[in-house]
Amino acid sequence: MAVFPWHSRGRNYKAEFASCRLEAVPLEFGDYHPLKPITVTESKTKKVSRKGSTSSTSSSSSSSVVDPLSSVLDGTDPLSMFAATADPAATDSSRKRRDRDENSVVGSDFEPWASKRGEILTRYTTTEKLSINLFMGSEKGKGTATSAMSEKVRTRLEELDDFEEGSQKELLNLTQQDYVNRIEELNQSLKDAWASDQKVKALKIVIQCSKLLSDTSVIQFYPSKFVLITDILDTFGKLVHERISSLCVDHRSVLPDHFSPENVNDTAKETCLNWFFKIASIRELIPRFYVEASILKCNKFLSKTGISECLPRLTCMIRGIGDPLVSVYARAYLCRVGMEVAPHLKESLNKNFFDFLLTFKQIHGDTVQNQLVVQGVELPSYLPLYSPAMDWIFQCISYHAPEALLTEMMERCKKLGNNALLLNSVMSAFRAEFIATRSMDFIGMIKECDESGFPKHLLFRSLGLNLALADPPEGDRLQILNEAWKVITKLKNPQKREVNTVLADVIKHMTPDRAFEDSYPQLQSIIKKVIAHFHDFSVLFSVEKFLPFLDMFQKESVRVEVCKCIMEVFIKHQQEPTKDPVILNALLHVCKTMHDSVNALTLEDEKRMLAYLINGFIKMVSFGRDFEQQLSFYVEARSMFCNLEPVLVQLIHSVNRLAMETRKVMKGNHSRKTAAFVRACVAYCFITIPSLVGIFTRLNLYLHSGQVALANQCLSQADAFFKAAISLIPEVPKMINIDGKMRPSESFLLEFLCNFFSTLLIVPDHPEHGVLFLVRELLNVIQDYTWEDNSDDKIRIYTCVLHLLSAMSQETYLYHIDKVDSNDSLYGGDTKFLAENNKLCETVMAQILEHLKTLAKDEALKRQSSLGLSFFNSILAHGDLRNNRLNQLSVNLWHLAQRHGCADTRTMVKTLEYIKKRSKHPDMGHLTELALRLPLQTRT
Amino acid sequence: MGTSLDIKIKRANKVYHAGEVLSGVVVISGKDSIQHQGVSLTVEGSVNLQLSAKSVGVFEAFYNSVKPQKGKLTPSPVDFTITPETLQNVRERALLPKFLIRGHLNSTNCVITQPLTGELLVESSEAAIRSIELQLVRVETCGCAEGYARDATEIQNIQIADGDVCRSLSVPIYMVFPRLFTCPTLETTNFKVEFEVNVVVLLHPDHLITENFPLKLCRT
Repeated sequence: MAVFPWHSRGRNYKAEFASCRLEAVPLEFGDYHPLKPITVTESKTKKVSRKGSTSSTSSSSSSSVVDPLSSVLDGTDPLSMFAATADPAATDSSRKRRDRDENSVVGSDFEPWASKRGEILTRYTTTEKLSINLFMGSEKGKGTATSAMSEKVRTRLEELDDFEEGSQKELLNLTQQDYVNRIEELNQSLKDAWASDQKVKALKIVIQCSKLLSDTSVIQFYPSKFVLITDILDTFGKLVHERISSLCVDHRSVLPDHFSPENVNDTAKETCLNWFFKIASIRELIPRFYVEASILKCNKFLSKTGISECLPRLTCMIRGIGDPLVSVYARAYLCRVGMEVAPHLKESLNKNFFDFLLTFKQIHGDTVQNQLVVQGVELPSYLPLYSPAMDWIFQCISYHAPEALLTEMMERCKKLGNNALLLNSVMSAFRAEFIATRSMDFIGMIKECDESGFPKHLLFRSLGLNLALADPPEGDRLQILNEAWKVITKLKNPQKREVNTVLADVIKHMTPDRAFEDSYPQLQSIIKKVIAHFHDFSVLFSVEKFLPFLDMFQKESVRVEVCKCIMEVFIKHQQEPTKDPVILNALLHVCKTMHDSVNALTLEDEKRMLAYLINGFIKMVSFGRDFEQQLSFYVEARSMFCNLEPVLVQLIHSVNRLAMETRKVMKGNHSRKTAAFVRACVAYCFITIPSLVGIFTRLNLYLHSGQVALANQCLSQADAFFKAAISLIPEVPKMINIDGKMRPSESFLLEFLCNFFSTLLIVPDHPEHGVLFLVRELLNVIQDYTWEDNSDDKIRIYTCVLHLLSAMSQETYLYHIDKVDSNDSLYGGDTKFLAENNKLCETVMAQILEHLKTLAKDEALKRQSSLGLSFFNSILAHGDLRNNRLNQLSVNLWHLAQRHGCADTRTMVKTLEYIKKRSKHPDMGHLTELALRLPLQTRT
Repeated sequence: MGTSLDIKIKRANKVYHAGEVLSGVVVISGKDSIQHQGVSLTVEGSVNLQLSAKSVGVFEAFYNSVKPQKGKLTPSPVDFTITPETLQNVRERALLPKFLIRGHLNSTNCVITQPLTGELLVESSEAAIRSIELQLVRVETCGCAEGYARDATEIQNIQIADGDVCRSLSVPIYMVFPRLFTCPTLETTNFKVEFEVNVVVLLHPDHLITENFPLKLCRT
């Protein structure tokens, strides 16, 4: 193939720009303008008819300003069009459903059980050995004593009690973790049994599990046991409900959310009834109660009033449970399923509360006291076991409850002796405002409580939690504080001095014997409360005891958690950049703590989080016009945070920004001093970038920093950046890791190089190196790089190089950097330079044509066609087609693109139209002739 | 498994009343061809009295001596009080702890599809309560020219209180009649099926107190 010479088209960028620009039209106030603030008008009703095509003059007053996006679509935007055409009945019914849901479903302001669960599991733990007895041995003995059953009958009755035929499982000496695992296994075997259609076995498992709730040995663990086992019950309830729902459904239709029992067919009803009959025959009270409660929702299949009849009956049934702890948890469970299924049935909730009050005296009865003695549990640690259940019941009742009911409940609690436990739950569950306005009442009641019962500090804690949410009456505040102080120091009030006193006191109490080691969650909670109130960090850090308080978190994981909280609040609330030395010192310390926790085992997510927080801090530090101080801060930060790559990246960006700020202040004319300063900035970047790992991070930062250096007239430094980037390219691996997935890197490389070329246009040649030495070096690197076998990226890059070289051969370049002479002024259109440039073009073109030739294989024809067309377009845009050989080449390429019928006819037609249009421009007449030589292939 | 035969009744709950038509299909499926002389459907009812070790004794005792009694209709509803003094068959009354239990059954004439309901209240008890249960007993009496046999079988036991329940707080009595083991009370010349409920109270350490109530079940 003959070598084609390259002739760049001469460009007059100014004239081109002017010709492309829309005509400027002066605007009157009130005229339509697309960038004016938009008052969104309902586009459905306001159909805008616009005359003509000049958008700037058609609409008139500002009151009828139209969303430009919708006006483009002639009035109606696609979304509202879609909404308008949608079935009106459908939207109507969905609205109706929403309305109904508001009455029958609890809102998001109701704290769900799920959020209590975890808290209970972490709070109620034990180190004692536990046991699971899946076939209550004692039950059997009792059975024989009770009655004279025939062997056959007994077997039949015990069938339900027995788990696997003839198996008796008693697991002794389990640690808490073993126990949790066993329960999880049971949950799994329940699901397995269900999945394999062994419904009876599933029921047996649930019965056996609920039986465990009548066992109060290792009583400290009971609340957690309740959580674990009710999880299983939830699973079971869901499975049964799903199964009956599926029976209701014919092959196609789906049971609506709010169906009525008449829609349920007989088979489904019968199956449902069967479950209730089976459950009604469960011998023991506690499992019978729990299992029936777990499928409470299924009553909906049988009758409309089913649930409203069932709830009161189950509520009464709980009266049969003798142990007050077991019974209060049964009530909590019933309230839970009740709230889920029928939150409007408040009566049963209240009944549970009042029934509970009636049995309250049992706690101090002989049976309970004897049990505590046997287990060696003191009353102050026994009473808090009630809290999760009571809090839950109280929360259910007080949800959207009228003030009168709350007051009545409070009065009823007051009447009972030693009511600290009740008081605590009232404070935990009732609205914070309710409590806060009665703070003094509550303090009075707290003071009256018996010291030996429920721990008082817990009461003050609950009160404090409320006061943190709602303000007590202004006049009472000091007194509240004083009262609370006498007992315990956990009440928060957002005053610096008070907080300092509280913190000091806590430190004093917690430091002896390293008591803080046992109280990290509480201490953490104190910190959270404090920082939630202090948004002014200079005040916060001037609280004398704040940092000493932080020092109590000596376990690294907790310490880092606390640091993260502080930084989150800082990022959220710090509005202005700061240089306050108190804040900087403290936060540097905090950030350093977070940074130093990073090790080889730290998860990527965690690192990202820490880096995000540290970056948030770095961005908020500003020394104003003291740029040197700012730079030395960045130097210090780099040495502190060297293990977190995103932080280093942020620092490089910050330093680059600093250099540009300096340039801005000096209006582009650096003095000797500022020139030295920006060189220091540039040097900072240059030595920091190599320490990064991400290859594209490095490449982009080299390019970016090179641009900054160039903008600050640091020419040799800019060269150094660009050279570094070029020498890094061969290291780009085939595949790179993006968000945990391996992806081919070529497209990223292509993107980077295009960006790079745009910069290279204005980089002046170094006087001691040859013409276009950077471009040459880069071309060599591209040539030697191992490209994917089946990719055209290399050729795409060459095409871009051709564009670059064409731009470089212009008399005046498209853009410049202020105070930097690019090659256009350096060479001033020197013929030698142009000849060098053309030679390079020829080489590149030869490569492109060579590649096109290799694509003449069947499977590559499509690629050949599209590459050919793209090359054609490049010549059209950048080449001088008055040159015959170039003209001939373009005609050849046109044919090549169409040769195998691979070209898209529409594109070809459009291209040809474009050529014809261009030919009308002055100096472009030669294109008319070209257009005649470009036939369109008709598709048959 | 060569051939299987399945009778599928149309009505899901399988409850039919006199005069109604029982309809459905008989599904016979088999791999090979089967020979048959027509398919016919017969309904049979039978009563089977099994002589267990215990009922043999009962049988002997009643043999020749007891005539079948006309079922006495208990008035409905019924209130009851249980104290050590009201008990029969006590070996040493002095050893019994003191207690006072009151209660009532809403009706001893029960519709078989409706639960047995009532209330029970432990007013006082010296001893801790272990459990309170409802025991449903079926009593079958069979007679012929030679004599009569009576057999009592526990068919269901439902615990209504577990542990030392709160004093002076009523506990509900509630029992669903098991569908497969109960039928309306039946009385013929030679054969009777009757039902009774026992309220069983278990006290610590090992006392068992039973109060018996005959029931009359019917279907509406």
